Amino acid sequence: MSDHFEPVIVGFLCNWCSYRAADLAGTARIKYAPNLRPIRVMCSGRVDPQFVLQALRSGADGVLIAGCHPGECHYVNGNIKALRRFTLLRKTLEQWGIEQERVQLLWASASEGTVLAAAVNRMTEDLRALGPLRWGEKVLGDNGAAHLVVEEV
Amino acid sequence: MTDQKKSPAEQEKVGVYICHCGSNIAGTINVEEVAQWAEKNPNVVVARNYEFMCSSTGQELIENDIKEKGLTRIVVASCSPHMHEKTFREATERGGLNPFLFEMANIREHGSWATNDKEAATSKAKALVNGAVERVVHHAPLEKIPVDINPNTLIVGGGIAGITAALELAEGGHHVYLVEREGTIGGRMAQIDKTFPTLDCSACILTPKMVDVGQNDNITLLTYSEVESVEGYIGNFNITVRKKARCVTEELCTSCGICEEKCPQKVIDENYGAGISYRKAIYRSFPQAVPGYPVLDKENCTYFQTGKCKVCEQVCPTEAIDYEQEDKVITFDVGNIILATGYDLFDARQIPQYGYGRLANVFSSLEFERMVNASGPTAGHIVLRDGVTEPESIAIVHCVGSRDQNHNEYCSKVCCMYSLKFAHLVHEHLPDAEVYNFYIDMRTPGKGYEEFYHRLLNEGTHFIRGRVAEITDADRHPGEEGKLIVQAENTLLGIQQRTPVDMVILSAGIEARHDAEDVSKLFKMGCDHDGFFNERHPKLAPVSTMTDGVFIAGACQGPKDIPDTVAQGGAAASQVAKLISQGTVLMEPVRASIREEECSGCRICNTLCPYNAIEFDEEKFVSRVITALCQGCGTCVAACPSGVIDGAHFTYTQVMAELKGVLWDVQSDVLTKQEVA
Amino acid sequence: MTENGKPKLAMYWASSCGGCEISVLNIHENILTVDEVFDIAFFPCIADFKIKDVEAYPDGYIDICLFNGAIRNSENEEMAQLLRQKSKVLVAFGSCAYEGCIPALSNLTTKKATFEKVYFNNPTIDNPDRILPQHSTEVAEGELTLPHFYHTVKSLDQVVEVDYFIPGCPPEPPQIWAVLQVVIGALTAGQPLPPAGSIIGAGTMALCDECTREKKEKTIKRFFRPYEIQPNPDQCLLEQGIICMGIATRSGCGALCPSVGIGCRGCYGPPDGVEDQGAKMLSAIASVLDVGHESMDEDVLEELIQEAVDTIADPAGTFYRFSMAHSILKRVKNGKGAA
Repeated sequence: MSDHFEPVIVGFLCNWCSYRAADLAGTARIKYAPNLRPIRVMCSGRVDPQFVLQALRSGADGVLIAGCHPGECHYVNGNIKALRRFTLLRKTLEQWGIEQERVQLLWASASEGTVLAAAVNRMTEDLRALGPLRWGEKVLGDNGAAHLVVEEV
Repeated sequence: MTDQKKSPAEQEKVGVYICHCGSNIAGTINVEEVAQWAEKNPNVVVARNYEFMCSSTGQELIENDIKEKGLTRIVVASCSPHMHEKTFREATERGGLNPFLFEMANIREHGSWATNDKEAATSKAKALVNGAVERVVHHAPLEKIPVDINPNTLIVGGGIAGITAALELAEGGHHVYLVEREGTIGGRMAQIDKTFPTLDCSACILTPKMVDVGQNDNITLLTYSEVESVEGYIGNFNITVRKKARCVTEELCTSCGICEEKCPQKVIDENYGAGISYRKAIYRSFPQAVPGYPVLDKENCTYFQTGKCKVCEQVCPTEAIDYEQEDKVITFDVGNIILATGYDLFDARQIPQYGYGRLANVFSSLEFERMVNASGPTAGHIVLRDGVTEPESIAIVHCVGSRDQNHNEYCSKVCCMYSLKFAHLVHEHLPDAEVYNFYIDMRTPGKGYEEFYHRLLNEGTHFIRGRVAEITDADRHPGEEGKLIVQAENTLLGIQQRTPVDMVILSAGIEARHDAEDVSKLFKMGCDHDGFFNERHPKLAPVSTMTDGVFIAGACQGPKDIPDTVAQGGAAASQVAKLISQGTVLMEPVRASIREEECSGCRICNTLCPYNAIEFDEEKFVSRVITALCQGCGTCVAACPSGVIDGAHFTYTQVMAELKGVLWDVQSDVLTKQEVA
Repeated sequence: MTENGKPKLAMYWASSCGGCEISVLNIHENILTVDEVFDIAFFPCIADFKIKDVEAYPDGYIDICLFNGAIRNSENEEMAQLLRQKSKVLVAFGSCAYEGCIPALSNLTTKKATFEKVYFNNPTIDNPDRILPQHSTEVAEGELTLPHFYHTVKSLDQVVEVDYFIPGCPPEPPQIWAVLQVVIGALTAGQPLPPAGSIIGAGTMALCDECTREKKEKTIKRFFRPYEIQPNPDQCLLEQGIICMGIATRSGCGALCPSVGIGCRGCYGPPDGVEDQGAKMLSAIASVLDVGHESMDEDVLEELIQEAVDTIADPAGTFYRFSMAHSILKRVKNGKGAA
């Protein structure tokens, strides 16, 4: 890999607001960082914390969970449950030494293509500044080798 | 974990189709490279790229490949699934596969349109295609769920949009509950004097429709009422309406109007009368009100405030006055809902430099509308605030609160035309008066509209192109004394112009109802950032919303004139009529289900469902999803700590597979033994 | 070892506390049956064996090896490989071998921080010269070596192929005896063994299935630490705000801890169908946190939720107390978790 680092962000976008916000950003030809790889879920409430952890484990540098604004959830309050989980997950991830910028929660309504695009740009910049996460290589090390290395104390 | 124990995914035969969308995709993404790359995936049997996958030949490619190559899964990489998921699901089905054995990768809206970087767009497209391929192999065939449609309909708002929709449905033989907040139906149109461009008398064309509503047996008219709660889903909504106490027994009232006539308490009519006329404490907004029963306004009623009076009770010949009447809460079931809740007028006080509320002879458009109406406070005479002086010159200011970055950025669409109508009415009522219309751009799209503008040009209206900067009574020279001076840059002449006039009319724009957001929450659909209700598609589904079974019509969706409003009322009614005649709709099978034999009965999920679709079986100690109530959000699926709730089409395995698929290029090469196994 | 035709049994401890061995002995008089049926080929806890003895066995000599303890250092891994090679059936016995358990809690910190704590900053340690154990030390007689201390604790299946997993910290004696009976039945009467890779000696669903406490709908306003509250003896502990991992933990122990008023710690690992026990626990209890409403201002909402979440003192350590090595991320990124 070259020195140039392009972060990879997995986005869990809710079907009704934030996925459509991303659709609108495209339709309006708003150009934003191509670093987001969106995954559609019906509601931000569907986002199982295991998805977030797996994304980080599988090489993503950051995860964006995006849903409807509080009070605007297509399913009344799935986003509130997402917020509760996100808050506890964030606290847990902090213990794991994972910077806050790497896992973000965003509210973007279907009309807020610009909000979504700006958030992706901002997050991309945040992650560029933090550098790659690449959990498999950098944290776990490849199987059977890196953990044998005796760390200087 | 049933979905994870399925037969090995490698056995599926996937067909991948990359759409060029003309140059929309192919101009940015190297579609050929993506297709060639996709074909290397061991699950992929064929990967093609084609100019327009949504065309009939594009769809036939899929159908033929399924038949000829024995494909078991289909992936199309093209536009947003909100655009063409249905199209390709149908093509998949025509090819002989279950339509849910299809997955879409959105490489246009989320790909080619979102960046100019061809290399990045191509690599993103590969990731999204790979995610779709990895996901689709885990798809399971699903069947849509039939839901019966209750043939009754709730319509909220009794303006011309609601009236039109109600009549369309009722005359078609379907029952309608028409709920109106005010004491009468009629809405904004009932306040208007003449309608542009034909200058029909608004009341003359509206009131027969109102009467039709009142007389139609298929319409249950609930005025002075508000919807309190909405439960259920398309076909099966349960509605609760609060019918506020009007202190008049409807069964007894003959609408004779004598109570209103004798009521000693005069009240400024802020609502219907635009604050320039009076009504009584017991009142009908206007004589042709439907229903004809008055409303007793408790806050202003002498009896309710002081305990003395009861004139209305004494004069009522049928003993219909009932001071003890209480609000009634009514519940009923409907299959569909049409929201036609209208608009609020921009409050011109928000622009202090225009002086409304401070300078007496600055009028709002609605005030002028009431004044010029023959049944208004001045019986149609155009006079200054003193009630007697006829103005010799009038300025009409367009775009008040509209096309204004400080207020509403959008064009309110009707103000140019009603401002022209005002100019015409002034010429008609005061032939000698000078009329100045200050406009930014003259916007007259509509049948007969431009012609109406030309008519006004010929009638001698002065048109000044420029946004008004200020309206003031501070005169600078003798000609301005006692006048209102309208300061504006005449952008055609390139000069600053001060125009002294006697009267100013502010053509206020259209705004979303102040409580539109609350209403949208009540009905579980969305508002745009201006507060107008969101349509499902701006062009192709203008009266549908994201919520199945909830439709919108009229200005609650955005500014529009009467013809468009009526058209939308009809359109919404026809959408509902379609569903009623279908009798049942097929609902998406994206639903949660609990594997009861594996449920530990921990009851975590029990409180999570906003639709109360999860029940607990006290005998078996397991939780269960009531499929018809489930809307498929997946919140319980994510919460279930034993992983025994399956969210159809968004299963743990499917989402995880897509997730690992989109990260194909950044996954660590070396996996732990556990992952290899 | 005698060649008496009896099947060979081994039990080995890697990084563990010895509780698993005690649990085996806790099958009481049945241990006599074990002795009757098996020939003990390697069991350092109860008899003297040397590694060279094991090395001398032909491959597959040991019929069943109960391997407990996590893989903390290179010696653990070498022993795992050796025993794998010499055993027909290798069982990850107990939570450490199965999913890392308490030793893997050190994956919440760094090796450096662990050493600092153990060798410098421990109140019972006096180490003014800051001497640390070294992998290799030259002495007059030659080179002395210690095993490499790994950065990350692993479960047994992360270093070798494992045939069966018996969860629990420790596995409950009746469950151990049940498993041994199946093995004895297979070895002596040709009865079938469970499919390879199975989790045995435990249930399949969550602990709530075995717990007799009364369960209602869950709306939790905040959480309490055990000393803060006297729990109602009949009601679900979680409903009372006591973190009980039972909802996300495999059954099999008979809900021992909840039955005496202690929230389940989660030692049997996740039930079937759950990959990451901690994440699922986190998701479930955050979902039923009954604070904040969609009609609130976003700021107020976030603050209320944060406040409620902050009543959980150590989410990572609580939710991943036993499953860290088997969790999706397996360890923390850097030393922040050490604090």
